Amino acid sequence: MTRQIRILGTALMVCFALLFAQLNRLTVFQASALNNNANNTRAILRDFSRPRGTVTTADGVIIARSVPSGDRFELQREYPEGPLFSAITGYYSFTLGSAGVERTYNDELAGRTLDLTFRDLRDLFVEKDRTGDLSLAVRADLQRIAADTLGDRKGSVVAIDPRNGEILAMVSFPTYDPNQLADHDTAAAAAVSAALDASPDKPRLSRAYQERFFPGSTFKVVTATAALTSGAISTDEPSYPVSTSFTPPGTNRPLQNFGGSSCGGTLFQVLRVSCNSAFAQMGVDTGADAMIDTAERFGFNKSVPIDLTRPARSNFPTDFERNVPALAQSAIGQNDVSATPLQMALVAAAVANDGEIMVPHVLRTVRDTDGNIVDTYNPKRWLTAMDRGTAALMRDAMLGVVEQGTATRLKVPGFVVGGKTGTAQLGTDPPRSHAWIIGYGGPAGEPPSIAIAVIVEGQDGASEQTGGRVAAPIAQAVLAAYLTTPSP
Amino acid sequence: MLRAVRRNTELGLIVLGTLITVGAYLLASLARDASIPGNLGAFLAIVLGLQLAAHVAVRRLAPDADGTIVPIAGLLNGIGYVFIVRLDEAKASPKGLAGLQSGWIALGILAFIATLLIVRRVRDLERYRWTIGMAGIVLLLLPLVPGVGKTINGAKIWVGIGPVSFQPGEFAKILLAIFFASYLVEKRELLAVSRHRIGPIHLPDLKHLGPVLLAWAVSLVVMVSEKDLGSSLLFFALFVALLWVSTERATYLVVGLFLFGAGSVFAHSQFTHVQQRVDIWLDPWPVAKGDGYQIVESAFAFSSGGVTGTGINLGSPNRIPYAETDFIFAAIGEELGLVGATGVLVAFLLIIGAGLRIALRTQVPFERLLATGLTVLIGVQSFIIMAGVIRVLPLTGVTLPFVSYGGSSLISNYILIALLLRISDDTVQREEGRTR
Repeated sequence: MTRQIRILGTALMVCFALLFAQLNRLTVFQASALNNNANNTRAILRDFSRPRGTVTTADGVIIARSVPSGDRFELQREYPEGPLFSAITGYYSFTLGSAGVERTYNDELAGRTLDLTFRDLRDLFVEKDRTGDLSLAVRADLQRIAADTLGDRKGSVVAIDPRNGEILAMVSFPTYDPNQLADHDTAAAAAVSAALDASPDKPRLSRAYQERFFPGSTFKVVTATAALTSGAISTDEPSYPVSTSFTPPGTNRPLQNFGGSSCGGTLFQVLRVSCNSAFAQMGVDTGADAMIDTAERFGFNKSVPIDLTRPARSNFPTDFERNVPALAQSAIGQNDVSATPLQMALVAAAVANDGEIMVPHVLRTVRDTDGNIVDTYNPKRWLTAMDRGTAALMRDAMLGVVEQGTATRLKVPGFVVGGKTGTAQLGTDPPRSHAWIIGYGGPAGEPPSIAIAVIVEGQDGASEQTGGRVAAPIAQAVLAAYLTTPSP
Repeated sequence: MLRAVRRNTELGLIVLGTLITVGAYLLASLARDASIPGNLGAFLAIVLGLQLAAHVAVRRLAPDADGTIVPIAGLLNGIGYVFIVRLDEAKASPKGLAGLQSGWIALGILAFIATLLIVRRVRDLERYRWTIGMAGIVLLLLPLVPGVGKTINGAKIWVGIGPVSFQPGEFAKILLAIFFASYLVEKRELLAVSRHRIGPIHLPDLKHLGPVLLAWAVSLVVMVSEKDLGSSLLFFALFVALLWVSTERATYLVVGLFLFGAGSVFAHSQFTHVQQRVDIWLDPWPVAKGDGYQIVESAFAFSSGGVTGTGINLGSPNRIPYAETDFIFAAIGEELGLVGATGVLVAFLLIIGAGLRIALRTQVPFERLLATGLTVLIGVQSFIIMAGVIRVLPLTGVTLPFVSYGGSSLISNYILIALLLRISDDTVQREEGRTR
C-alpha cells in the first residue's frame, strides 16, 4: 500500500503543479491580453469608483466633474452645462463606455499618466487624489453664442485658432445630454442610448467631426488653390467666359449656374459670386492629379489627428480616369466630395495661416490637483496646403467675397474677415440644400486669429444666397465675439 | 519530549497564522476607509481563541498528533473569513455573512473537539461500518427525497429541515470514506485475486465487485439527479484511489478510469448542463457575456491581480458571481495575486503531505486506508474547485475546504482533520508503547 500512497502523493503534486502553471499563465503571461480584452470592464469600474479630474473651458467654466453619488460607484460624473459641450466632452458611462475628451484623455483624468503619478516621492506616502484636471482651449462664451445662433436647426459650428490648431468652439445639433448617458441607473442610460441610436438624426455623432456632408461651393477655395498652385491660372488669367453653364468634355449634360444666372471673369470675380460654370472649367483645366494632390494637402482622404474619438475622414475622389464630368462636378464640391465641418474649418485655417494646417486639438494644459501644470499641448504642424504666396492670394480672394460677394453678412466692422459661402443642393423636390460658410478673421495688420466653418442642414431653397443668408450670421456672431473679446 | 515539541510547534504556528489573518483583516480595513477597525482587538482574540480551543483539545485528547494540520487549516479558514467579510461588505445589500461564517467556524471547531472526544480510537469505527455506509448513502440521496430536498442554484444538494439547511453530501463523503476503508480492508485480498479475464484485464470474483459497482452507480445517480458534478467526481476519485491502494492492483485504476471516462461521455451526451460546462471550459469567449461570464470574469480577476495582487479591498472580485463560495479562489487571486494564490496551493499541499505521512506511518491497514481516503477527499476537492476556477478542468461547483463560505463544508472538514489527527495520535502512541 505504501507504494500506491506515494504515487498518489506524487499525482496530487502534479495536479497542483498544473494549477501553479495555469496561475502563472493567467497572472503573468496572458495578463496584459486579458486586461485589454474587450469583455473586460474592470479597469473602467476601478476608475469609476476613483476620483476623476474636472474638465474646464479656457474661460473657466467647468464642463465635466465628479460629484459624490452615494451609491456603489461613489462618484457620479456630471456635466453642468448639459448638452452644450457634448460634442467635445463626450460622456463617461459604466455600461456604455466613453467618448470624446472623456475617452481620449482618460488616463490623465484618472491620474494614470506617469507625470501625475510620480511627480513627487512624497506623494507615495501622503494620501492624495492624483488626478489630472484638463483645461481646454474651447471658450464657453463662443460655444454658447454658436449654439444659440444655430438654435434648433440641424447643423454644426467649428471655430479654430489657425495659428496653433486650438478648437475654440465646436457645436453639433441635435445632440444628447451626457448626464443621461452617464446615469448610474444603467437601465435608464441604456434606454436613452437606444433612443439616440434609433433617431434618424444620429444625435450621438458629433456632426462637427464625425459626419460628412457635401461641401458645395465652399470647396471652391480648394479648387482655386489647386489651380493657382498648379499654375493653371493666375489672378488675372484666364478670364472665364460669361455663361449660364459649362459642359465638360465627354458629356452633353451641362453644369448649370444657380437659377440660370450668367457669370464669368477672373479668379477674384468668379469666387465673389461663386460661379459654378467657371469653377467647373477651372477644375478641368487644373487636371485630376493637381486637384487630388491639393485636396489631400488640405486633409481630404486622411484621418484628422484630432484629440477626440473616431473622427470621420473627408473624401475627395481619386479616380477620374476618363470621367471628366465627375472632375468638373467635384471641383464645385459635388459628386463624391464630402467633408466634415472640421475639415472645412481647416481649409479656412490653411488659408489664414500662410498655408500651414496645425494639428487641431481641444486640450491646452493638464494640471494636478494642486493646480500645477504637469503637461501642455505643444502645437504641431499637420499639413502644408499651399505656399505663403498662394495663401496670401486666397486670403485676398476670400476677403473680396465678404466685401462685395455672397458673404457680406460675415463682416465684422474694424476687423479683416474673409469667407466663402456654399449651398450644397440635395436634389430634393421642393429643393433643399445645406447652407455653408467658411471664413477667417483677425485684427488688421496681424495674422488671422480665427477660422470657422458653419453648416445648417436641409434649408429650403437652393440659391447661392442660402449659405450667405442662413449660415453666415451664425459665423459672424462667433467671429465678432471672439475678435472683440480676446481669449484669456 | 517529542510530544511537547509537536504541541509547541503547533502553538507557534497558530500564533503565526493568526498574525497573518489579523494582518489581512487590518489591511482590508485600511484599504476600505483608511481606518483601523475598532474591533481589531476582539477579532484577534476570537481568531486566536478559537484556534487555541482546538489546540488545547489536541493537547488533551490527541497529544501526539501531527502539529501542522490545525494551524494550516486555521490559516486557510482565517484568510477565507477575511475575504468573505470583505466580499459581503462591498455588496449593495450585505447578507451579514461575517456573523454567519464566524458562527460556522465556531461550530466547526466544536465539531473538531467533539470528534476527538467521541472517536477515541479510529479502529472502533470499523465495527460500525455497515451503519456508517448506509448512513452515508442515505445522506447522499437525502436531497432527492421530496419535501426535504431543496434545489439551490440548479444543484439539488441541499436538505432543509425547518429553518436549517445543509449539504448532506459534505458529511456523506466522510462516512463513505470510513465505509470504503473498512470494507476494502476486509475484502482487499479477495479483490486482488483474479478469477476472470477480459483481454488483458484481470477481474476478481464478481460478487466482491458488487459494492464497488454500487458505489459507481451511486456517484452517477448523484451526478445525474442532483446535478452535482463536483461531488460525483470527488466520490469517484475517493473510491478508485482506495480500491487501488488497498488491492495494489493497477487493474482497478485502469477499470476505474475507464468507467469514469464512459460515465463522462455518457453524461456529456445526455445532459445539457454537462455539455454546457464542457463547452464553457473549452472556449468561454463566445459566451463571455452569458454562460461563460463567471469563468471569464475569474480570468480577468487573476490577470488584474498580477503577481502581487491589487491588495485586499482594492480589487473588484464581486464582479464574479458566487465569489464568496465556489469562486473565492479567484477573489484571493485578484487581491493577493499569484503570490497569495500560490500560498493557498502550498497550504493545501502541506495538508495533503501531512495526511499522506500519517497514512504511511500507521501500520494498521484500516487506519492507513482511512487516512489516505480523507487526504484524497481534501486534496481532490480543493484541486477540482481551484482547477475549475482557473479553467484547468470544467467547472464543478464544490467548496474550497476551509476557505469558502458555508457551514456544512466547514464543519465536515473540521471533522475530517480531527479524524486524521486521531489516526496520527494513535500511531505515535502505539509506536511509543503506550497502548490505548
